[in-house]
Amino acid sequence: MANIEIDAPGTSQLFIGNEAIARGALEAGIGFAAAYPGTPSSEILGSLAQIAKKMNIYAEWSINEKVAMEAAAGASYAGIRSLAAMKQNGINVVSDFLANLVMSGTGKGGLVLVSCDDPSAISSSNEQDTRPIAKWLDIPLVEPGDFQEAKDMTKWLFDLAEELGTLCMLRSVTRIAHARGNVKLGELPNKQQKAYFEQIHDLKNVMPTRYIPIPSPVRHLFLHAKMDKALEKFESSLFNRYIGPDRADLLIITCGSCWLYSQDAIEALKLRDRVGILKLGTLWPLPEKFVMEHLNKSDKVLFVEEIDPFLERSVMELGGSFPPKAIRPTFYGKRSGHINAYGELNPDMVIKAVSTILGLTYKARDADYGKKAEAVAKSNVPERSMTFCAGCPHRATFWSIKNALKLDGHDGVVTGDIGCYSMALGPAGFFQVRTMHCMGAGVGVANGLGKLGQFGFNQPVLAVVGDSTFYHATIPALINGIYNQSNFILIILDNSATAMTGFQPHPGTGMTAMGEPTKVISMEALCRSLGARVEVCDPFDLNNTTAILLEMMAEGGGAKVAIMRRQCELVRAKKEKPPYKVRVDAERCIGEACGCDRLCTRIFLCPGLIWDKKTGKSKVDEVICNGCGVCVDVCPQGAIIKEAA
Amino acid sequence: MTKKQLMKDPLNLVITGVGGQGNVMISLIIGNAFVRDGYIVTVGETYGASQRGGPVMSHMRISKETQYSPFIPDGCADIILGMEPVETLRMLGRYGNPRVITIINPRPIYSIDVTGGHAEYPDLDKLVEIVKELSAQTWIINATEEAQKMGSPMFANAILIGALIGSGVLPLDKKSVEPVLRETFPKEIEANLVAFNKGIKFVKS
Repeated sequence: MANIEIDAPGTSQLFIGNEAIARGALEAGIGFAAAYPGTPSSEILGSLAQIAKKMNIYAEWSINEKVAMEAAAGASYAGIRSLAAMKQNGINVVSDFLANLVMSGTGKGGLVLVSCDDPSAISSSNEQDTRPIAKWLDIPLVEPGDFQEAKDMTKWLFDLAEELGTLCMLRSVTRIAHARGNVKLGELPNKQQKAYFEQIHDLKNVMPTRYIPIPSPVRHLFLHAKMDKALEKFESSLFNRYIGPDRADLLIITCGSCWLYSQDAIEALKLRDRVGILKLGTLWPLPEKFVMEHLNKSDKVLFVEEIDPFLERSVMELGGSFPPKAIRPTFYGKRSGHINAYGELNPDMVIKAVSTILGLTYKARDADYGKKAEAVAKSNVPERSMTFCAGCPHRATFWSIKNALKLDGHDGVVTGDIGCYSMALGPAGFFQVRTMHCMGAGVGVANGLGKLGQFGFNQPVLAVVGDSTFYHATIPALINGIYNQSNFILIILDNSATAMTGFQPHPGTGMTAMGEPTKVISMEALCRSLGARVEVCDPFDLNNTTAILLEMMAEGGGAKVAIMRRQCELVRAKKEKPPYKVRVDAERCIGEACGCDRLCTRIFLCPGLIWDKKTGKSKVDEVICNGCGVCVDVCPQGAIIKEAA
Repeated sequence: MTKKQLMKDPLNLVITGVGGQGNVMISLIIGNAFVRDGYIVTVGETYGASQRGGPVMSHMRISKETQYSPFIPDGCADIILGMEPVETLRMLGRYGNPRVITIINPRPIYSIDVTGGHAEYPDLDKLVEIVKELSAQTWIINATEEAQKMGSPMFANAILIGALIGSGVLPLDKKSVEPVLRETFPKEIEANLVAFNKGIKFVKS
């Protein structure tokens, strides 16, 4: 991650959007930041945490998004500018608190929520758009259109949040959050902050320092007044602007990364003189007057936004207040089918929409070349499915799960959730996982399945969760299972890191976000204290792991816990050399004649093992192999050899 | 070396390979060198879930004028740096055009679809020929092989950066890149500089 604390005002740095947001928070004089890791949001807290001590701020990885937001609100109540950051799914986790927070108001320190959405769910279980929550709960909402704005807007949003006394939200998407661009730095503040929760003890006048959502109608009225004030600011905000001719053949209304795509499209089509772009940075409350002033620029309006038709619907609602004889532009967008209402967009999609509306043809490259390039790529480029890394403990765990379920013979069911281990839905985990929803959902689903004995259900139920997920979202579900005596095995894939999002620490690691040692919250001690039987396995020991799972399935009874403990291979490989040198003994490998159906390369599918077509034998790819040696126990012929490296 | 101009504005550079090879690292080094030389750079990358063995690509847009989007439009790549051969072809299929320049590391990384027998990896010589045919100019740099001789396949990244700089297709010289390399690899800087210089040499020979 970049050095976001560099004290060089006026210089340009190459920052990802998340670093720009973190820098904006620093320039705003933030004192407190909390988050739960989630792609594409993780680097906001990550980059703040790495400089927190140096900059005398506090940053934490919270156990989940709700606690992160609540902790940040606590800091706001004591006068400290604070921030909570999360991915789109986190907004659901925190929404119950948000619905109360908007009523109670925030403290003297400005409070900002950053939500990073993941159109196309590139690293998510869904592609939920979080902008509607701003409309739903009355939260002032902004969205940066580039990297510079990500910084500048964040800084400005703290001022606004503090002035209004309400939570303000910044929405970003993957192609801003995780893309890199130029950011010109501003000044860093140099002031000591003092935290104090002010209280008025006069019982006749306690309301101003009571952060409570009641009496609800009165608080609701206050909130609307704050939104009116936000609207006033938004109407004149420089984050909203129009570029293009005074009278345009087409007006594009856009926000976020789609602002960049729209500019690319107009440039590619050479339509600067014909098409105007109305770029909105303040999205809710919608700056109605500003939008109305520009709507008459053209009789055709195209909405370019990811994912839901948020601006499209909001502007169309505004259309309802047009005078009866007003000329109404024709609206194009998701409703008309010119822009997809799913998945992320890109410049080509905008080029296509604009060309269709204006009846233009666009050709990026020579047609014959294009046909040839597409055809040879299609016929020569093989698929490249996602898989676990070479040496990943999850592959070993799912190998044992697969074998234990087969040996048990009762058609056992594996429920799961989101994490690297979601790949167990496919060939990486031998297609073992049958359900996947939000974090921890597999354990809740297992609770239900595990209570169906009275209906003749006798399939074993195995719920897999990651170690960070265990702390985040499964403890109530486990307690429910023990209390209600549901019959399932909770399998915790403990690789000692929040691996999928960048190896952040969690309560089981003994390390805080700021790199301080802390108490380890032992998952086995916690589960045992609840009365569950707990077994700890080394997933690389395939035989023992399989035997323990089989025995636990046979035992039945209430909820049990099996912990698969082995450090994430990517973390290990950064610190140490491979433990083994692994090779295939070409004498012993008898290839297709073995009868194992190429267990190693067709079924186990570690990318470190390849199939040599010329010799008809398996082979280790020394560039990929991490030397874990697990495949040695997979080969029935004993042809894979490991030697201490 | 003299300061050169961008051959086009924006200059569109695709860096492609397989998750874990070091795409992001290369785009960071090149991107930082450009920003320090006063350019406006946008880098879009696919990583995250595709970190693990999937196809990865970085799109770099380099300009003197404005901040471009993190996606190169289809058919509009100027340079493709391919860390893996079929991934280079995948990019040519979508982003290639008759003017495109390619630098290719011809070391295959087989996908699980190939090892599992569900897909076919093309013959390497034929693959390199196709890449050449679809490019205005192609450099073949045995980066992985040379890096392994140096003790670790990870040095392939510095070799490829060297090749990119040595090829002269970017208006960046050695002096702009070296300080960024030093900051990126503080511990293994000597070996990485050796690799970087090897890359420059390979592309010129």
